[in-house]
Amino acid sequence: MNSELIAILGATLAAAVPLIFAGLGELITEKSGVMNLGVEGMMLIGAVAGFAGGVHWGVGGGLLCGAVAGLLAALPFAFLTLSLGANQPAAGLALTIFGTGLSAFIGQYFVSQSMPGLQAWAVPGLAQIPVIGPVFFNQTYVVYLSYLTFAIVAWTLARTRVGLILRAVGESPDAAHAIGYPVISIRYAATLCGGALSGIAGAYLSTVYTPLWVQNMTAGRGWIAVALVVFAAWKPWRLMLGAYLFGGMTILQMYLQGKSLQLPAVLASIPHLQDAVDVLMHNVLGTSQFLASVPYLATIIVLVLISRDRRVLFLSFPASLGKPYIEGR
Amino acid sequence: MEASADHSGMPPRLALRHITKRYPGIVANDDVSLTVQPGEIHAVLGENGAGKSTLMKIIYGAVQADAGQIEWNGKPERIATPAAARHLGIGMVFQHFQLFETLSVVENIALALEGHFDLKTLAGRVAEVSRKYGLPLDPQRLVHSLSVGERQRVEIVRCLLQNPQLLILDEPTSVLTPQAVRALFDTLRQLAAEGVSILYISHKLHEIQELCDRATVMQAGKVTGEAEPRQETPASLARMMIGRDLPVCSTSAFAGESQPVLEVRGLSFANPDPFGTSLHDVNLTVHSGEVVGIAGISGNGQAELLAALSGEQISAPQAILLNGNPVGNLHAGRRRDKGLAFVPEERLGRGAVPAMTLAQNFMLTAHRNPDLRSFGLMSRTRARLHAAKCVERFDVRCNGALSAARSLSGGNLQKFIVGREIMQNPRVLIVAQPTWGVDVGAAAFLRQTLLDISRSGVAVLVVSEELEELFEICDRIAVLAGGRLSQPVPREQTDAENIGLLMGGQSQAA
Repeated sequence: MNSELIAILGATLAAAVPLIFAGLGELITEKSGVMNLGVEGMMLIGAVAGFAGGVHWGVGGGLLCGAVAGLLAALPFAFLTLSLGANQPAAGLALTIFGTGLSAFIGQYFVSQSMPGLQAWAVPGLAQIPVIGPVFFNQTYVVYLSYLTFAIVAWTLARTRVGLILRAVGESPDAAHAIGYPVISIRYAATLCGGALSGIAGAYLSTVYTPLWVQNMTAGRGWIAVALVVFAAWKPWRLMLGAYLFGGMTILQMYLQGKSLQLPAVLASIPHLQDAVDVLMHNVLGTSQFLASVPYLATIIVLVLISRDRRVLFLSFPASLGKPYIEGR
Repeated sequence: MEASADHSGMPPRLALRHITKRYPGIVANDDVSLTVQPGEIHAVLGENGAGKSTLMKIIYGAVQADAGQIEWNGKPERIATPAAARHLGIGMVFQHFQLFETLSVVENIALALEGHFDLKTLAGRVAEVSRKYGLPLDPQRLVHSLSVGERQRVEIVRCLLQNPQLLILDEPTSVLTPQAVRALFDTLRQLAAEGVSILYISHKLHEIQELCDRATVMQAGKVTGEAEPRQETPASLARMMIGRDLPVCSTSAFAGESQPVLEVRGLSFANPDPFGTSLHDVNLTVHSGEVVGIAGISGNGQAELLAALSGEQISAPQAILLNGNPVGNLHAGRRRDKGLAFVPEERLGRGAVPAMTLAQNFMLTAHRNPDLRSFGLMSRTRARLHAAKCVERFDVRCNGALSAARSLSGGNLQKFIVGREIMQNPRVLIVAQPTWGVDVGAAAFLRQTLLDISRSGVAVLVVSEELEELFEICDRIAVLAGGRLSQPVPREQTDAENIGLLMGGQSQAA
């Protein structure tokens, strides 16, 4: 396998990391029945806090700061929607707008600063496996952390009592309350956990992926994470698939920018066809704006196509999603 | 009988002393006292709204009493949460099952248990308990695929695995066939023999007489009597429960000429919802002057059949005939134009708009009536007058035609909706669960109303889960099970036993 492809695949995994963290966080939140549309805002707050922390304490400190900031950003949302029963989509949108503004305000102090990037660390032994080794095990440690987080979330949801309680609360808070579970507290925990993971996703962007602060640097990844959760039918492995698809398309479109499409000889012999293709490539398909939209489009289309099974949706959809729960009603 | 005397040396399992619970506007429990002995099956008898459910929620810790004391095995206890109740050994089988549909049976049970989390071992224990008490269950099935009876078994097994000393059952038989009721009673007797106390909440007199050692009767939040049900007659229990004799409906034969009005011919409906019920070749004729009943447990195609009949779901034109004309492909409004009236099961939200006044709700289906128009436009004044007429004629207790639909009690709103449809002079009246959640007085009134309207020449179709109700008012009864409708049988030629077998999905009983 050629080294170019390995490089593209390796970069894909790195590009997917923010979506994995934010997506898994939102998945946990939504499994408990809370729809938090503030992922983008929490990521931005996490990104700016992560950068601030990263400048002082390095990447590890930055990620930790991002997690704490994301958690704190989710707290007012949780209070409004869970304790006061406010409308969840509206509160989530407000959180995104708030996060965008707050991060831009704080970020102005960091605009011209930079920090050293994180070196890849090859896992001894595993990195020597042909193809798989250089793609999966010659990465920054945050990528390994994303594998680990996925494994923990998937295992917890499917196999443990905590996961069972989370699914139960998300499906029927009334029944969960009736058999004695503190619905509101469990939803708080899930929402704050989602906030912390979104914060890590943002901090990864500003400390590892592109180690500098740029206003609005999440560029809609928070929204993609929300969409991924839905189209992945609340299943962690599908979410990973979607995140890698998105990461792959992001890298691929960068790679394609500036390349022209050479038609095979048979087609090229048709008069003017090559000219037409060139014009199309130059003005539409090959423009950076179009190419930049491809990952978003492709990810959504693929996930919509694989998530049309109503049975799967019924079984994994948290039935109480977005509905406020008021105890003892 | 002697059960209570046997335990005179021991403290009662549960004693409630002077429990009072107020909600804004009503006193749900007013100075209620009650004792249950170990191993006793104790009935709490009362109408809808008598305060039985509130009392049980207080015992189970889901609601806190404003005043009064609870004693558990002789010691005063404060039961703050359902979890605390379970710790004491109180289990509850809810009327509206508290189960998680997308989880398996064993997962549902695991959620209610403490201790080491091990689904494999637990599945073994579930199988063991279900064998011991005659409650067959497959631990790995997902709850959404279970029948109502099976779901109730999940709830009971879930309680039993917690080794309860007191088991509360809230209207457990409302969704069961007569055969399943008998099996449930056997299980309950076995539990009582092992020393488990049982609180059995019901408004069905014969069940209480068959099963229970003692009964506490409630009316409007107060205890109106204590009785040994086997010593009483249904009439004397009913007097304690509603303060007067049970009302009975009077029927007469239809005097006019009987004509087929509503005909259903080979109606099938493939449900796109993988968890819904499909209808298979449904055939039915309802004649003018008769009441036809459709028995069966909800979820066997009732919703689908009603949608097809009302026009919410259209079908092939010839599948449904109204007065001989094909209407299968017509939408609900067009069918209403042709004399079909429909009273859905959900009163608030489908039968009436909760926030709108009675007059506005009246207009929703009565706008076809030219009397409600002036100069071709809807007249609010006339709607109000007609709604007021409906309120008076059908004994709807409310603050006049301008009160909001949601402010009415279930029984009064149902009287209003049925009255509204009758005032449209329909040829066919289709009613779903006419007396669900309605007090005894209103239920009797509604049944009498349906009988009267049929004898005036209207074809009436009643879909109900209450077998006794169907046997009281119907001329012919069919059973809908698994999306298939049995041949309607004249009431005199069948009984609850046969209908119960059909409801359980067995083919036509001989």
